[in-house]
Amino acid sequence: MTVAQQFHEGALTLEQWQHVEALAGSLSPVQARWISGYFAGLDAGLLRGGGVAAAPEAAPAGRTLTILYGTETGNARDLGKALAAAAAERGLAPRLFDMADYKTRQLKDEEDLLVIVSTYGEGDPPQPAIGFFEYLEGRRAPPLPNLRYSVLALGDSTYEKYCEAGKRIDRRLQELGAARLHDRVDCDLDYEELAAGWSGILVDRLAVEGAERSAEVVRLFPTAAPATAASPAYDKRNPFAAAVLDSIRITGRHSTKDTRHIELDLTGSGLAYEPGDSLGIVAANDPAVVARLLDATGLDGGATVSVKGESLSLAEALARRFEITIASPRFVDQWAMLSGAAALEKLRGEAAAAERRAFLHGHHVVDIARLFPVSSLDPEALLAGLRPLQPRLYSIASSLAAGAEEAHLTVAPVRYSLHGEERGGVASLQLAERVEPGDTLPVYVQPNPHFKLPRDEAPIVMIGAGTGIAPYRAFLQEREAAGRTGPAWLFFGERNFRSDFLYQSEWQAWLKGGTLGRMDVAFSRDKADKVYVQHRMLEQAKDLYAWLEDGAHLYVCGDANALAPDVHEALIRIVADQGGKDREAAEDHLRRLAADRRYQRDVY
Amino acid sequence: MTDSIDRSTDLSQPLDRLGPDERLKHDSDYLRGTIDASLLDRISGGVRFEDNKLMKFHGLYQQDDRDIRDERRRQKLEPAYTFMVRVRLPGGVCTPEQWLKIDELARRHGGDTLRLTTRQTFQFHWVLKEDLRPTIQGLHDVLLDTVAACGDDSRGVMATADSGDCALHAEVAALAKSLSDHVIPKTGAYHEIWYGKERVATSEEEEPFYGRIYMPRKFKIGFVVPPSNDIDVYSQDLGFIVVTGADGSVEGFNVAIGGGMGRSDQDPGSYPRLADVIGYISKGKLVATADAVMSVQRDYGNRVDRARARFKYTIDRLGLDFVTAEIERRLGAALEPARPFEFTSNGDVIGWRENGGGRFNLTLFILSGRLANRPGKALLDGLREIAKVHRGKFRLTPNQNLIVADIPAEERPRIEAILAAHGIGETGASALRRNAIACVALPTCPLAMAEAERYLPDFTAKVEAILAENGLIDEPITMRISGCPNGCSRPYIAEIALTGRAPGKYTLWLGGGFHGERLNRPVLDNEGEAAILATLSETLGRYARERVAGEHFGDFLHRSGYFEPAHDSAAGDPMLDRAEATTRA
Ligand code: SRM
Ligand SMILES: Cc1cc2nc3c(=O)[nH]c(=O)nc-3n(C[C@H](O)[C@H](O)[C@H](O)COP(=O)(O)OP(=O)(O)OC[C@H]3O[C@@H](n4cnc5c(N)ncnc54)[C@H](O)[C@@H]3O)c2cc1C
Ligand SMILES: Cc1cc2nc3c(=O)[nH]c(=O)nc-3n(C[C@H](O)[C@H](O)[C@H](O)COP(=O)(O)O)c2cc1C
Ligand code: SF4
Repeated sequence: MTVAQQFHEGALTLEQWQHVEALAGSLSPVQARWISGYFAGLDAGLLRGGGVAAAPEAAPAGRTLTILYGTETGNARDLGKALAAAAAERGLAPRLFDMADYKTRQLKDEEDLLVIVSTYGEGDPPQPAIGFFEYLEGRRAPPLPNLRYSVLALGDSTYEKYCEAGKRIDRRLQELGAARLHDRVDCDLDYEELAAGWSGILVDRLAVEGAERSAEVVRLFPTAAPATAASPAYDKRNPFAAAVLDSIRITGRHSTKDTRHIELDLTGSGLAYEPGDSLGIVAANDPAVVARLLDATGLDGGATVSVKGESLSLAEALARRFEITIASPRFVDQWAMLSGAAALEKLRGEAAAAERRAFLHGHHVVDIARLFPVSSLDPEALLAGLRPLQPRLYSIASSLAAGAEEAHLTVAPVRYSLHGEERGGVASLQLAERVEPGDTLPVYVQPNPHFKLPRDEAPIVMIGAGTGIAPYRAFLQEREAAGRTGPAWLFFGERNFRSDFLYQSEWQAWLKGGTLGRMDVAFSRDKADKVYVQHRMLEQAKDLYAWLEDGAHLYVCGDANALAPDVHEALIRIVADQGGKDREAAEDHLRRLAADRRYQRDVY
Repeated sequence: MTDSIDRSTDLSQPLDRLGPDERLKHDSDYLRGTIDASLLDRISGGVRFEDNKLMKFHGLYQQDDRDIRDERRRQKLEPAYTFMVRVRLPGGVCTPEQWLKIDELARRHGGDTLRLTTRQTFQFHWVLKEDLRPTIQGLHDVLLDTVAACGDDSRGVMATADSGDCALHAEVAALAKSLSDHVIPKTGAYHEIWYGKERVATSEEEEPFYGRIYMPRKFKIGFVVPPSNDIDVYSQDLGFIVVTGADGSVEGFNVAIGGGMGRSDQDPGSYPRLADVIGYISKGKLVATADAVMSVQRDYGNRVDRARARFKYTIDRLGLDFVTAEIERRLGAALEPARPFEFTSNGDVIGWRENGGGRFNLTLFILSGRLANRPGKALLDGLREIAKVHRGKFRLTPNQNLIVADIPAEERPRIEAILAAHGIGETGASALRRNAIACVALPTCPLAMAEAERYLPDFTAKVEAILAENGLIDEPITMRISGCPNGCSRPYIAEIALTGRAPGKYTLWLGGGFHGERLNRPVLDNEGEAAILATLSETLGRYARERVAGEHFGDFLHRSGYFEPAHDSAAGDPMLDRAEATTRA
């Protein structure tokens, strides 16, 4: 009997069958294996309603590879893209997802999973990844006996919960029965080399396993994500020199604050941003601080050192390449080694973490150098203990739609005194004190897809304190320019009405013109009884809930510790009381809002 | 004759033919407006445009610190709004208890300073919106209010501060108080908004006299006791010149109407005007006369053009005779012919003076009425100490000075001691300085075009130098500075006056009458200090060389033909001498 007879009617037309037969005859074994995978994927695609042209769901036959990243400021995304690209280069067919967009029900089908995630707040996941974590750590997470994975954790060792989010995923995947492809790697702010190492190892290993099989495949069906990631001309590694147009103090006389409004010229940069995005400032250390450190270490700023293969003067290196104020655990290690100081020795290692943290808060690089002098110190040895200087992010307080090719920032200078010395933040003080109109600053745009205006006229409720007001100025400029009239409600908090009502006259104009429908302010230091935004929110609970019910999008921006938790708590209470829900249900409600991108936070 | 009168601008016209302020008043529900809501608004430290206008009737002015207006604009902050609170203090008399409360309020809400005004009252500056109620309620505790201290109504009623006779002063001050109580608005708005009183539903008219649209413009009343003309009675809309009987108590008044200083450099048709004495009334007719005069202005005053709304313009438009006749018609009787009287000065006598009752008045010279604690001179503290021990009264003078009144002889040393301890006392202020007045102007006055109060000390010192050169340092000369042509320091009757045109630029006026009987004349316009001082040293030099014994500077300039002879104008002859006017009436 012919093959044709094996088909009961309706399966394939004879004509179709002849095509298949013709094709089958011409296939190499590899291709045959691939085709089966292709039809499987195609089948799935059709079920999902996707078109025939849809790229295959998975690398055919062999194990599927998925790369998941959780990010707030984009580092994990960048690394994820690079990893996907490298994997594709090596013939693998990786699928790249932001945890925020990942359909968690697919998790049970994953085979190889590479995770890159950063940590925020009290060891929390990045805001956009919270939903994924809740699923993974929740009761509904499936057993994953077939899953192989590895985690790259991004963090900052000066924080208490170092790389905690990565650790949590690693822990949980173990619990769910998954097997490590490779041990978790925790990266400090200078994650580049470690991350590259981790990626390299894994890509090699998977590529070797996958052998030649997917080679042609990828050429047949290149995967979308990595290939089509058009990167802007200017970025973090190649910042644009933006001229400072204006830099003024916008807190009035007798203010206890010193908030600055800074206008930067982006003309000619081709840099584009959307309201909600941030601007990265590639800051440089205060020459006076460099001098202090040189003095404390007895080093000569003129000495030549080489950093990443580039040779430059020590002073230059300290000014532009390294964090020289806050010290990291690595510096403790390095300095303990150099100075042989017992006091430092006992601060090393996991066990001494808490102690070390306290010590590091009160002792910055220069303090440690002074406390434990090292004679005839080698400049390179000093640098080896330092972390690369990180760019700082500032919410953009303007909209390109308003006309000018500019980016405005609202900056609160960080000032404090330590060991009887006036100290301050690298970037914020540079912006506030060391640049003036005419100077240029290296900048890049840091997109924030998780803090965006609704596409439609949906109502927005903007909650912010202090510099957290910045993105809302961008929002309203955008809506005004676009003539969009969606209802807008702003909650703002600061210390004193008279001096700290940031952009007061602009809000007043927007209230007049209708771009802003409603504004509630809380000034904590005007009266004996301190009022904060969450109090105003609770006062307005009824209306606020009504707005939410009308589909309002919620935004929270400002201090991660001082604002976000209290505001979140207030929201829970409002939803509970007004919606007649219990706490559980209220939290659930907010979770759903977050998942629907209707509750977005940009806290720092 | 009424029908032959042009009524196209008065309240006989439908509302929509009148100026916008008339509509605003009419629709304000007797000065309530939306003040309550404005006070609650947290987004601005100010109040709505309309409410600001209405709040003037409550004695409150929204202002902003002009020194930092531009700075705040650049900082994207609204202007630094605060409020000026003007107390209603008829005759300028207050008790030690009231003083202590005012002092306390000034320290708590008024930026640690107080201002004694040219109409004998206190002003608080720098009061924040949310502190308005506490301030007004604090005043209420000591039976003071701010009703009609501003607005299109009858303003603070003045009275000669020291007539040298305490009994007479007491009587006149009492009359000023009762007349003030009579002429102020009667709306419940003030009690509701500031004291939180419930609104009482009533069938009767809330404003029996004023009605819904009040006066066309501010209206000012003052009592003067010759020979002192300290209140500048000729600058009042309605002046009562006290005539005493044989027993030395008040018998009646010569009535003067139509005075006013305000003018504008942009509006050639505007002018200062001295009041006309239109006759005499007996004491019993006081209230009836006030009603009659005010009602004529209420009914005939210009409500289309605010710049022509003051009584002085009504009189010049309708004619003094018509207005006088209309007043008499409403009084139901003719005015008697004016009684003779004589003024000798409009200044204060600084220092100790027997009060006519065996006790003593101490008149303290307060430079431009500013009370504050300055290094070496703690006026606020010192006066608070005095208020704690003083059992008499305090009197504010029309020259922005202060009288500690009715001090028993044995108390004098104690008072002296307190003053000395706080660096207060007549530390050699020249006659010129003692007779100088400056309005508030910058930084609080929204209308100021140039400095006044803050410029006075400087400018005075420079003029003093000129006087010294010419041996005139002890010569009393009236000198007044206003930061703009509105003339709050009553500059147009001073012998030397500056009115502001622009920062550092003034109009120089010379030749006013020493006791307020004659307007001065512009000699330099829009000039800086140098030119002004040059002119002064030239004219004062001539005065020193050519004056006759006892001749005042202003009189000298006229006698010596410094001015070309006066020409009549619509304003009536600005050079018209009020001493003549009295005999003419
Ligand atoms: C405080 C005081 C000057 C002082 O240094 O003492 C004063 C201060 C102001 N006067 Fe005056 N006037 C003061 C006596 C006068 C006088 C003198 C008098 O009445 O004896 C006059 C000239 C007489 C007259 O009314 O013609 C005077 C004529 C004006 C005018 C011009 C009125 C006019 O008819 O053109 C204005 C502007 C206006 O009303 O539009 C004005 C307006 C003002 C305002 C309220 C500015 C405003 O309208 O916003 C000033 C507040 C400044 C501040 O920051 O305090 N003030 N003002 C005096 C308060 C008197 C009181 O206790 O009630
Ligand atoms: C997405 C995002 C948006 C942001 N938007 C804004 C914005 O709009 N406006 C704005 O002003 N900032 C914003 N920030 C914060 C900003 O990026 C910087 O973190 C901030 O300006 C401080 O940076 P710096 O270089 O000046 O200070 P750093 O040099 O980073 O110094 C800060 C560090 O100093 C140390 N320190 C501070 N006080 C003391 C003390 N008393 N004793 C000892 N050590 C101390 C602490 O370790 C602290 O972390 C944003 C951050 C993020 C992530
Ligand atoms: C507001 C804020 C809070 C942070 N909190 C932590 C933390 O608690 N623990 C940690 O290890 N790193 C913390 N970090 C450092 C980030 O994890 C680190 O910058 C990481 O590179 C960010 O990666 P991303 O750009 O992918 O979000 C924090 C960073 C910011 C800006
Ligand atoms: S004279 Fe002019 S500047 Fe002076 S207080 Fe009056 S209105 Fe203000």
